[in-house]
Amino acid sequence: MEEYALIMRHEDGAKIASPEQMQIWMKQTMDWIGGIAAQNKFVGGTGLIFDGARVVRSNKTVTNGPFGDIKETIGGLITVKAGSVEEAVEFAKGCPVLAGEGNTIEVRRISRNDTVH
Amino acid sequence: MQQPELIPHLFRTEFRKITAVLCKRFGIEHMEIAEDLASETFLSALETWTYNGIPENPTAWLYYVAKNKAKNHFIRNKIFTEKISPQLKYSEEKADEIIIDLSGENISDSQLQMLFAICQHSIPPEAQIGLALRILCGFGIDEIANAFLTNKEAINKRLFRAREKLRTEKVQIAFPDEKEIPKRLENVLTTLYLLFNEGYYSESQHAVLRSELCQEAMRLTHLLIENEQTNLPEVNALYALMCFHASRFEARKNENGEVVLYQDQDERLWDQELIAKGGYHLHQASKGNKISKYHLEAGIAYWHTRKADTKEKWENILQLFNHLLQIAYSPIAALNRTYALSKANGKEEAIREAEKLNLTGNHFYYTLLGELYRSVDDNKAKQHFEKAWSLAKTETDKQTIQKKIDML
Repeated sequence: MEEYALIMRHEDGAKIASPEQMQIWMKQTMDWIGGIAAQNKFVGGTGLIFDGARVVRSNKTVTNGPFGDIKETIGGLITVKAGSVEEAVEFAKGCPVLAGEGNTIEVRRISRNDTVH
Repeated sequence: MQQPELIPHLFRTEFRKITAVLCKRFGIEHMEIAEDLASETFLSALETWTYNGIPENPTAWLYYVAKNKAKNHFIRNKIFTEKISPQLKYSEEKADEIIIDLSGENISDSQLQMLFAICQHSIPPEAQIGLALRILCGFGIDEIANAFLTNKEAINKRLFRAREKLRTEKVQIAFPDEKEIPKRLENVLTTLYLLFNEGYYSESQHAVLRSELCQEAMRLTHLLIENEQTNLPEVNALYALMCFHASRFEARKNENGEVVLYQDQDERLWDQELIAKGGYHLHQASKGNKISKYHLEAGIAYWHTRKADTKEKWENILQLFNHLLQIAYSPIAALNRTYALSKANGKEEAIREAEKLNLTGNHFYYTLLGELYRSVDDNKAKQHFEKAWSLAKTETDKQTIQKKIDML
């Protein structure tokens, strides 16, 4: 069993959703995570807050938010246990973020300390 | 109270107090001496009261006799002078100066400290429960064996090994340091939770005994609430959980001892006083910023005290299970979560999710699938119930499943 990070990318994080819409997304996300946890495959999750976000560039300039010239932003990530990358992909397919056009989930195996890369 | 009821009653309430105080005084390695002296005290009561009549204050009489027996033991026992005495706090004190403090305060303190001493990581959970029942609840070996559906020999062995472990690990009967309390408390709460479940879900036909196990678990949990240092949110959450569950105690078995399923229970039999008590402690539990599994389970139990099938109820239960599974997975929580999902989001989604659970050795899994397929595809429902029936181990479970098949 390996651990995989499912990284949720939003096409446009600046889009403002109505509170009702947010409520629905929240429930869908909680049910999605609950479904993974019910299979005993949930490891952990981190929500990422858009508010107050900063981007630091190579010349050390700091700008507000990852928005504007960067189109895609990361909305959050969860870590799951899976026997194969295919199984992790199946979990990703259930993620409600994918209902938004252009949004993606990146599935990445988490490196362990004991493996050589 | 007549004598035939008086002695069992006093035994129930006083044996554990005397044992805890004496244990604390002698050290955990001499736990059996404490138990023996407490037993001898009751034997004396039986002998004396039968001929001389019941004293005016039977409890005071018992304490007086227990104190004297302890002192006599100090004097006559060589082992005491050689082995225990040096370990006593005031080893120079003479036997006649030794104080056995049976005040209410010291009784509570000793019981609480014993609770911490018994709930050790190194002792298997069922042995912890056994010891707690013997030392802190004053249960007889027969009763413990009955509760665990096993025989006296097995329980005696189990207790013997647990006592050995406490002895070899030199466990102290003391209140843990303030910094250590949260960690040590975790073990204590697990044991109390299991003790309660033992009573609540036990297959034992002995209804009174089952209810007593639950009451004892609640009493010990309340002991933690009464102490300022251990009156913590998760302790209140566990107590609330116990109150909500216990409120249905009367309603969940019929007069023939058969299980009455939640949806078929007569809610007039639910104990409203316990439900209110649970509500109070759940409120107390909401202080602080840590959410334990007891908080979530108490929340789920709270919603079950509302019989009406509302959207709000099942949505709340679903989210509590979603959260619970993230911090403490268990197959039964996964199954119950899927049932809540069917109530909140519909059967179709729940069937899809149920089929991912992969709990094929578990009869509850097939009972759930049968339940979900009912009136969606009765043939499939029947197949699943039959599979559940063949996997069920107890008569009660088989009966419950058979009823479901008959109802299709």
